[in-house]
Amino acid sequence: MTTLISSTAALAGATSRRAFMGHTGTLSAVAVALLAGQDAMAQGMGADTSKDVSILNVALGLEHEAINAYQLGAGSGLLQKPVLDVAVRFQADHKAHRDALMATIQKLGGTPVMEKKLDDYAKALKADTLRNQADVLDLAARLELGAVNAYLGVIPAFGNKDLAKVAARLAADETMHYTLLNNALGRPLPTGALSFGA
Amino acid sequence: MRGLHVALVMGLGCAAALHSGAVAAQSVSHGQVLFESRCVACHSLDEHRVGPALRGVVGRVAGKAPGFAYSSALAQSTHRWDVQHLQAWLTNPEAVVPGQAMNYRLDQPQDRADVVAYLAQQRLVSGGRKVP
Repeated sequence: MTTLISSTAALAGATSRRAFMGHTGTLSAVAVALLAGQDAMAQGMGADTSKDVSILNVALGLEHEAINAYQLGAGSGLLQKPVLDVAVRFQADHKAHRDALMATIQKLGGTPVMEKKLDDYAKALKADTLRNQADVLDLAARLELGAVNAYLGVIPAFGNKDLAKVAARLAADETMHYTLLNNALGRPLPTGALSFGA
Repeated sequence: MRGLHVALVMGLGCAAALHSGAVAAQSVSHGQVLFESRCVACHSLDEHRVGPALRGVVGRVAGKAPGFAYSSALAQSTHRWDVQHLQAWLTNPEAVVPGQAMNYRLDQPQDRADVVAYLAQQRLVSGGRKVP
């Protein structure tokens, strides 16, 4: 538990309320940064972008789920500060990912997959089984690890290298989330190098 | 407790070997580890998420799990998910069903075999209840 307090407190210190508001205020800027060059990308791509749109829509589905998972955690009453602040900060990252993915899908001529109802996510994630803060963090860590591996796993399937890079950047964010959650739960580091995406 | 765990793993492993004819005893437990670190981003055993619920997938007709919104390509599939189809799917899903939406691959043949062996153990009985 020492690691939980120390790591989350340190992170929470770096993500004050003001910093969080500033971060959410720059979501569109994040999206713009991710999408830089996407006009040229779209023009340079072949006629069939449906495969890449399909991959991006699966990614968007993951981001919708992550946003709602953190919402369930934040609304559960099980998270105490500063852990709650960290969860809200990570949720903001996923909202930025969502915005960027939606914009990219639309720019490529696709239709972004819709978010489901919060209750649907609660059922799918068995939110009713969460009993304490560690349960919430464990759920979040499992989802983040899955997202890391999902993003890494689809990189070879992209027809466009710039989109592959976007997936890698998203995976990097999820890795940061997973690592901090893992540490907060007092769990050891991965036993060796190259443990993600193998 | 440790003995029970070992017995359970060995039992599952033997069952998997009987099913596939070639999977090592420890591969089911490794398949579970892989499932929980690779597949659970989109799947769970009993609930549809980004991907369909996977309990009972071995033996199921592709694209037909009730209540899941499949891609049109997968919804039109007619094959049954047996071990060979699932291993081919995890090798390159687009080669199995062009236009599918998963796109995720497991690069290593042993990893694919282990995940499929694990999934083969996650069976349904009539009415959708899980096997204890």
